[in-house]
Amino acid sequence: MNNPIQNLSRRGFLQGAAGLTLGLSLPAFAAKAGAAAAQAAAPFEPTPFLRIGADNSVTVLSKHLEMGQGTYTGLATIVAEELDAAWPQVKVEGAPADAKRFNNLAFGPMQGTGGSTAMANSWDQLRQTGATARAMLVSAAARRWNVAAAEISVREGVVSHAASKRKATFGELAEAAAAEAVPASVTLKDPKDFRLIGKHASRKDSFAKTNGSAQFTQDVHLPGMLVAVVARSPRFGGKPKSFDAGKARAIKGVVDVVAIPGGVAVLAKDTWTAKKGRDALSVEWDDSAAFKLGTDEMLARYQALGQTPGLVARKDGDANAALAGAAKVLGASYDFPYLAHAAMEPMNCVIQRTADGLEVWNGEQFHTVDQGALAAMFGIPVDKVNIHTLYAGGSFGRRASTAVDYIREAGSIVKALGEQGTHAKAPVKLVWMREDDMKAGYYRPMFHHRLEATLDADGSIRAWRHRLVGQSIAKGSPFEAFMIKDGVDGLSVEGAASLPYAIPNLQVELHTPADIDVPVLWWRSVGSTHTAYSTETFLDRLAVEGGQDPVALRLKLLAKHPRHAAVLRLAADKAGWGTPLPKGKAGERRGRGVAVHESFHSFVAQVAEVTVAADGSVKVDRIVAAVDCGMAINPDNVRAQIEGSVGFALSAALHGEITLKDGVVEQGNFGEYAPIRINEMPRVDVHIVASAEKPTGIGEPGVPPVAPAVANAIAAATGKWLTRMPFLTEQLKA
Amino acid sequence: MIQLTVNGTPRRVDVEPDTPLLWALRDTLLLTGTKYGCGSGLCGACTVHVNGQPTRSCITPVADVAGKKITTIEVADSSRVGRAVQEAWRKLDVVQCGYCQSGQIMSAVSLLSTKKRPTDADIDAAMAGNLCRCATYVRIRAAIHEAAKALA
Repeated sequence: MNNPIQNLSRRGFLQGAAGLTLGLSLPAFAAKAGAAAAQAAAPFEPTPFLRIGADNSVTVLSKHLEMGQGTYTGLATIVAEELDAAWPQVKVEGAPADAKRFNNLAFGPMQGTGGSTAMANSWDQLRQTGATARAMLVSAAARRWNVAAAEISVREGVVSHAASKRKATFGELAEAAAAEAVPASVTLKDPKDFRLIGKHASRKDSFAKTNGSAQFTQDVHLPGMLVAVVARSPRFGGKPKSFDAGKARAIKGVVDVVAIPGGVAVLAKDTWTAKKGRDALSVEWDDSAAFKLGTDEMLARYQALGQTPGLVARKDGDANAALAGAAKVLGASYDFPYLAHAAMEPMNCVIQRTADGLEVWNGEQFHTVDQGALAAMFGIPVDKVNIHTLYAGGSFGRRASTAVDYIREAGSIVKALGEQGTHAKAPVKLVWMREDDMKAGYYRPMFHHRLEATLDADGSIRAWRHRLVGQSIAKGSPFEAFMIKDGVDGLSVEGAASLPYAIPNLQVELHTPADIDVPVLWWRSVGSTHTAYSTETFLDRLAVEGGQDPVALRLKLLAKHPRHAAVLRLAADKAGWGTPLPKGKAGERRGRGVAVHESFHSFVAQVAEVTVAADGSVKVDRIVAAVDCGMAINPDNVRAQIEGSVGFALSAALHGEITLKDGVVEQGNFGEYAPIRINEMPRVDVHIVASAEKPTGIGEPGVPPVAPAVANAIAAATGKWLTRMPFLTEQLKA
Repeated sequence: MIQLTVNGTPRRVDVEPDTPLLWALRDTLLLTGTKYGCGSGLCGACTVHVNGQPTRSCITPVADVAGKKITTIEVADSSRVGRAVQEAWRKLDVVQCGYCQSGQIMSAVSLLSTKKRPTDADIDAAMAGNLCRCATYVRIRAAIHEAAKALA
């Protein structure tokens, strides 16, 4: 991993820092920018990621979006550990868009958050940051006190020299430290000396998120700001042919109506008026180029494709020959629907034109992609697009939009206002209503899987063939070149092509239907949302058919994958695998099921305990999870992410489904697309494997094993294998 | 002009009478702690107290609450129950994205104002109208028990 610290001069940091301070004038936004710049006298900024003020504040700049996953807290923990700061003095701010200083080292020359990479790509960088700052504070103290640096210690934000009993806070030393030379190299702590990493460090955003003061994009109010609500084509690819804005303009408070490429925007001083105006528009749509298929027709087409060979994504041995010659072959087909991210904060974005550029306020997940798209759209240099990163009210991948869809829409409204010369400099807040958000696409793609495997008399599996049918997420995106190899989108087959089990003849094939124009996107844990389900339930089926214990069979096939095996053993052990479950009430059937899956370099096994009622309804009673995500920087956040992942995944297993009829999305609000509620939430026990490996992701890896573990538990209870998500529980009636 | 009493202060809002209380709070009075999530009373992110009762402000026309006492998350810390709930939320680090949590807290305060020692079933019944897409439900349950203990 490259370390930019030693490559940057102090001057470079400080130059960057001036713009940076300007870019972070929240929450009072533009009004206070001048004041903030004036205050920026001489903070100590040893790297772009850290600022220590004379007021003794330690501010960590997060290059990653905080969308709930705890990244602000995790990143700050790494800096504070090596710096030996006191946890309460540490604050976190979102960094502006700047690929030079803030790129994601896992992504290459772009700044963005995704793929559960935040801790992994920041680990070395932020340890170096903390250690560098600490060394410079120590140097400054040594010079001031005229003692040897080696005699100075740092603890809880206090620099001290024991022999002379002298002490100074970081704040007292900040200005002097800024004058010290940046050391060419620093010594990092031995993990056994960690005092924050692996211990408890409370979330940095808990306070503001429990008193209403946390600032989300939805909360931005600027002088002269207009709120835009947009009428869009009910079909993907439709365009407005003509529209009548008479009724909309007649509504008191409607300020303007503009046509934009995909629809018509109504602008008002407040959200409710803009929505009323939008609803009063009469628009005739041009559907000549729109997508008009329904999901039922697509499913039939996908299922037919699943009967034919696809592009090969993995080939070990000769699965086709082994299947053809086998005495016993088992097969199963699986269907997965489109899924909306449905973050609690619907998509939104604020853009204001300035004299020579744009100011943008957004729960910003793809900083440099969005910055570049806006710069191109307005014909301005990239560095004239200044992005203020706010908290995101969830994202689950939605705000990392490869097509920059909602931000472009906001930009197109600002542009249209500029072209017609009215309200050209007004800040515009684009607000999506819940139904707009639900119907806008960029879904987890619909998929069909076909699996076949041989089963010998002794229960061993000699061949496994897995065909997947579904749209590519990477195709047509800036990531196409990296992610699509020989026609196979790695995001479509991840978790299937990387199957860890020792099966000598293994083939994974992919069909990518080209003519499906429903916009698709990554959705928390991406390909593993469907591949973990089909592979882990099919393997369980083979275990049961072959008379083998599902845990024992997996362990046998995972001999070369010790981290998978370790989490599997731990989860099974903690769940009491092999002991009988307490019986349910009369008419209830209970079962226990297991699944294990690697995603984003983290390993998670889960055991589910379920109760199936006589009417077929399923209650998930408990999930026991074991996690290996390398060194757990913040164990409580690891637990929180697994708990949340369980609820997120259960929403998809039990309820989640976006369907289309004649190209029109049928779901609009939480009545038709229902995330689970508190009464459906199981108990979750999380066990973390102690590890000295570098930290890996935790935002996503908890999701994939949930649905297969629950389905396997349902099969244990009822003998029925569910092959469709969301589950058709009518099949489970006693 | 509609006369409201918000967080103990008389406020006049110049909005149409059919405007939901949510938007009067957020866009007119700039009390943005109360959130928009669905506009249909399905998610609970907009929960405020009207004369002490938990109310979905996104489906409550502002004209219907004229003269009534409206309490929002911004003053949750002005009551003993509110403070206990906030402290429990912070102690257990309940929040993730945080967007729904104003509504969760307002619903929890209502529950604990009427039921001193709620069971898990009481909590599920009282909180089922508040969606959390991050599914912080395990900790919401625990934090309500924690707050109840602190208030006992």
